[in-house]
Amino acid sequence: MNDALKDHIKLLLKSDMRLDGRKPLEIRKPLKVEYGVVKTAEGSAKVTLGETEVIVGVKMELGEPYPDMPDEGTIIVGAELLPLSNPEFELGPPGIHAVELARIVDRGIRESKAIDFKKLCIRKGELVWTLLIDICPLNDAGNLQDASAIAALAALKETVFLKLEDDKVIFEEKTDKKLEVKGNPIAVTIIKIGDSFLVDPSIEEEKSVEARLTVSSLEDGTLCAMQKGEEGALTKEEILKMIDIGIEKAKEIRGAL
Amino acid sequence: MVYKKRLNNRGFEELRKIEAKVGVIKRADGSAYFKMGETWAYAAVYGPRNLYPKFLQDPSRGILRCNYNMMPFSSSHGRVRPGGSRRAKEISLVTEKALMPVLELEEYPNSVVDIFIEFPQTEAGSRCAGICAASMALADAGLTMKDMVTAVSVGKIGDKLLVDLDYSEEAFADAPVADIPVAYLHNSGKIVLLQMDGLAKKEDLSKLLDMAKKACNELYEIQKKALKSKYTETKVIE
Repeated sequence: MNDALKDHIKLLLKSDMRLDGRKPLEIRKPLKVEYGVVKTAEGSAKVTLGETEVIVGVKMELGEPYPDMPDEGTIIVGAELLPLSNPEFELGPPGIHAVELARIVDRGIRESKAIDFKKLCIRKGELVWTLLIDICPLNDAGNLQDASAIAALAALKETVFLKLEDDKVIFEEKTDKKLEVKGNPIAVTIIKIGDSFLVDPSIEEEKSVEARLTVSSLEDGTLCAMQKGEEGALTKEEILKMIDIGIEKAKEIRGAL
Repeated sequence: MVYKKRLNNRGFEELRKIEAKVGVIKRADGSAYFKMGETWAYAAVYGPRNLYPKFLQDPSRGILRCNYNMMPFSSSHGRVRPGGSRRAKEISLVTEKALMPVLELEEYPNSVVDIFIEFPQTEAGSRCAGICAASMALADAGLTMKDMVTAVSVGKIGDKLLVDLDYSEEAFADAPVADIPVAYLHNSGKIVLLQMDGLAKKEDLSKLLDMAKKACNELYEIQKKALKSKYTETKVIE
């Protein structure tokens, strides 16, 4: 992207304006969550955030527990930046951006304790459920992080356990036992351009970012995960301000679930 | 055992429910989704665009690249490991060859046209749904095309010939099954994809190809309608 457009974005922000006419702390519309869009998944959701669209699907697998946590199952979050969704994405194994995206979503869910890993235990020390959560963007028009985090939470909320027979999964048969998800952890990415803070960045804004902070918080305002990104340095005051924005915006997003 | 009535209650020449739409991926130059029953294909076209690294460029014509990929959660069995399998590679290849005849790649020297086909959900017939979606996405991208490509699978269970097999039929255990995915060029009537698994006589194949053409004519009408509706749905503001 050329420097003139970056300068223009900065200049607009000085008067609290953005290229697409939004205010700095305004989330794109529509914000839409569709549950159960993929019948082959044990749980799934499609999130539309402006023109950004992401599908997340949950599959289940049997596994052995980690030796240090014999009575806990686990989650594995994967993300693929599909070249279908953005002209700049290329085929190949997940690059660093895909890995960071998956790990931000992973920590937001894992650390919030939204899922009780003990409830994924089938036989202590021997057999547990692993939840495989995969993020697939359909159209990347910016802010994949937040859209993916919402979709992952929504997909988990409608995940049902599969039938087990003699320690084998019967994939064709879903039970009516739902996965319990508590606290509604929501990730909000706040970015800094010049002296301004904004949420839900577009592609152009993402390319102009100086620093970014993803703040995951629970319904009661407790923080559960954070990630600072990009090269810009932040003061403590700036970080606290960004956290306030994150908690406030999370409330708004939670309303769409 | 004789396969008297289809497990899914369809007529022997009846297609699954089809849903199609173009312009579904805003960032792509052309895009479409195509649902055949529970099989759901998205296709996005990027290009013609510059091809790098430069040594891959062909100064006499553009290059077409197709990639077929199942999303990790798209199978009703276990998770599909990302990164592509031998099966996905082969389907990408035959898809590419099925679409190539309709394009005027000589118009785009040194360039590439990329088609990415993704499946959020599959239930048999995915390569055919993928080809139908890709053909629509190419048209939506506004590329010069000589024809539309339509694809369907036909087959034989016991002594019955049928169209658009679903998973229960592909995996039918009580009688021998032949599964034959076919793609037609609509106007010229030529065949650009033909694969076959299973046993069948030459006479059967002849009948099956006619059945496939008939089904493909139906699919073509759906494609055409979806492409037109992108423009007719536009609101006129006076």
